[in-house]
Amino acid sequence: MEKKGNQRAIKQYAELVDRLSPKSDMGKGLLRSFWVGGVICMIGQGITDFFNYGLRWGMQSSATATSICLIFLSALLTGIGVYDKIGKYAGAGSIVPITGFANSVVAPAMEFRREGLVMGVGAKLFTLAGPVLVYGISTSIIVGLIVFVLEVI
Amino acid sequence: MMDIVLMYVKAFFVGGLICVIGQVLILKTQLTSARILVGYVTAGVILGALGIYKPIIDFAGAGATVPLTGFGYSLAHGAIEAVKSEGILGAFTGGVMSAAGGISAAVFFGYLAAIIFKPKMKS
Repeated sequence: MEKKGNQRAIKQYAELVDRLSPKSDMGKGLLRSFWVGGVICMIGQGITDFFNYGLRWGMQSSATATSICLIFLSALLTGIGVYDKIGKYAGAGSIVPITGFANSVVAPAMEFRREGLVMGVGAKLFTLAGPVLVYGISTSIIVGLIVFVLEVI
Repeated sequence: MMDIVLMYVKAFFVGGLICVIGQVLILKTQLTSARILVGYVTAGVILGALGIYKPIIDFAGAGATVPLTGFGYSLAHGAIEAVKSEGILGAFTGGVMSAAGGISAAVFFGYLAAIIFKPKMKS
């Protein structure tokens, strides 16, 4: 009997939480991440075209140069506190592009600077970049090894 | 002229779409941004290796290279090409070599920014 009452209380509580917790307005969040992410990619396209058609660096080098430019811009915007504002507005729209990767490098390094240049800045640079590089590089090595085996066969 | 405009439209829509997928993952699965970043890079490596990501890049340009999946693609593409030209050693050199510009820039500019700028007080 008491158990049944308990369950009802739990159900009511769940409904209450559901009703009172702030709605994360899914549609709005999706739209924001869509247009901000899209605009960052369009800026990337502009930089790529500048190197590719303007300076005739070729596709490969232009893509690399674009990454470097976007990372520079993101580091700068993170430094002056603007990228965090974009992040609050755009969510994944600011995390998924390579600028988000740069942001994840700069933000913890800035925050832990007071712990010193070596274990503060130097180590914390890799707080988020570390996992990204570990998984990205390891997976690419596995891919390379698989391709090697397939080539031999 | 029309081609150029179309390229930017495609970059906008495909890039935006790739970001929206991340937003859905955050909202539906409570994934942290660290896991999103790791997931996107790894997905890019795998999609690149399977030959699925290259057509997306051909279609959308920076719309596919700017998201972190493009970084992953670059790692996979570099490793595969290097294995074809140098053999097994290429598996260990090709990926990072291909993504070196981005990695170095992130470390260098990240370091500079952290040294130059003071963190804002959280309001």
